[in-house]
Amino acid sequence: MSLLDYFRSTKKNTASTAKERLQIIVAHERKRRNGPDYLPQLERDILEVIRKYVDIPADQIAVSLEQRGDQISVLELNVTFPDDKR
Amino acid sequence: MAKIIVVTSGKGGVGKTTSSAAIGTGLALAGHKTVIVDFDIGLRNLDLIMGCERRVVYDFVNVINGEANLKQTLIKDKRTDNLFILPASQTRDKDALTREGVEKVLNELAKDFDFIICDSPAGIESGAMMALYFADEAVVVTNPEVSSVRDSDRIIGMLSSKSRRAEQGLEGIKEHLLLTRYNPERVEKGEMLSVEDVKEILAIELIGVIPESQAVLNASNSGQPVILDTESDAGQAYLDTIKRLLGEQVPFRFLTVEKKSFIKRIFGG
Ligand SMILES: Nc1ncnc2c1ncn2[C@@H]1O[C@H](COP(=O)(O)OP(=O)(O)OP(=O)(O)O)[C@@H](O)[C@H]1O
Ligand SMILES: [Mg+2]
Repeated sequence: MSLLDYFRSTKKNTASTAKERLQIIVAHERKRRNGPDYLPQLERDILEVIRKYVDIPADQIAVSLEQRGDQISVLELNVTFPDDKR
Repeated sequence: MAKIIVVTSGKGGVGKTTSSAAIGTGLALAGHKTVIVDFDIGLRNLDLIMGCERRVVYDFVNVINGEANLKQTLIKDKRTDNLFILPASQTRDKDALTREGVEKVLNELAKDFDFIICDSPAGIESGAMMALYFADEAVVVTNPEVSSVRDSDRIIGMLSSKSRRAEQGLEGIKEHLLLTRYNPERVEKGEMLSVEDVKEILAIELIGVIPESQAVLNASNSGQPVILDTESDAGQAYLDTIKRLLGEQVPFRFLTVEKKSFIKRIFGG
């Protein structure tokens, strides 16, 4: 590593930020692609219901539908509550 | 049997037409009878990149509408044997390509050609869908940049759900990742996604890495596909890509910064 690179490396590495963001959004969009069309609306509806009680941001809720074998689909709901609202 | 290869990306301006011209020319150079079809209706550009813009008489839509036959419409490349171009129409009617029309033309081309390269328009609208629908293989052109990678992932989704092969339950389209405008220097500085990063996210087989290169602009200025510039890095990277497309194992080049002088190593730059 050259001297200049040494000082540069203290700056934030934007490529790794890009990679992390992409991994998250791509995984999210793939799930949605493979799920039924009503899933985004279901997610919004559930968010509305929860927001009647607790104010949570939209990215703190995840709904997914997973196929387990031929017979069963599992609807998974993941809500992260902010620390002070528990 | 002709092989239909779509060159697609979702995002615009990433290098689809540059790559279609290079791939078509490369396959023809390797002795395969090849036609490059411009699916970018309304925004014809392949003719300029191939340097045959003044020889366009009829176009794709004329053939579909029965106003001209393929023989009158196909443009034979002047530099490369075995190579033909089917130009796009300049019509503003977005629905000028019908699925039946496209199928009819592709079926007729398939009788004569080994490879049919479909240069897709950007986006995920009907034009892009039409270009990928009949494909056997897909070259997904991607830049090492967030929006391009995300759009490529969407297109990969389309390839596996909205294509003829998907709808008829046939074996899926063979997908290849072509990373273009790669800048090893910026990758080493942590400013650009690396080949490995993009491979990991998109999870399809890597067919080539084309460096960001001045040779590409020079090539398009003069209407010569860059693969003919065999001295250039981009030209050589496309030649390697063709070999891989034809099943050869070729090591990847131009992935790292060239060795610099001692002074530069100390002080960077
Ligand atoms: N490897 C490269 N190095 C430098 N410039 C490049 C490279 N590849 C493509 N370009 C440039 O990027 C621009 C867009 O290229 P091109 O027209 O092939 O993209 P496209 O994906 O076909 O665009 P569109 O979506 O509009 O059809 C052109 O100016 C081209 O010269
Ligand atoms: Mg183009």
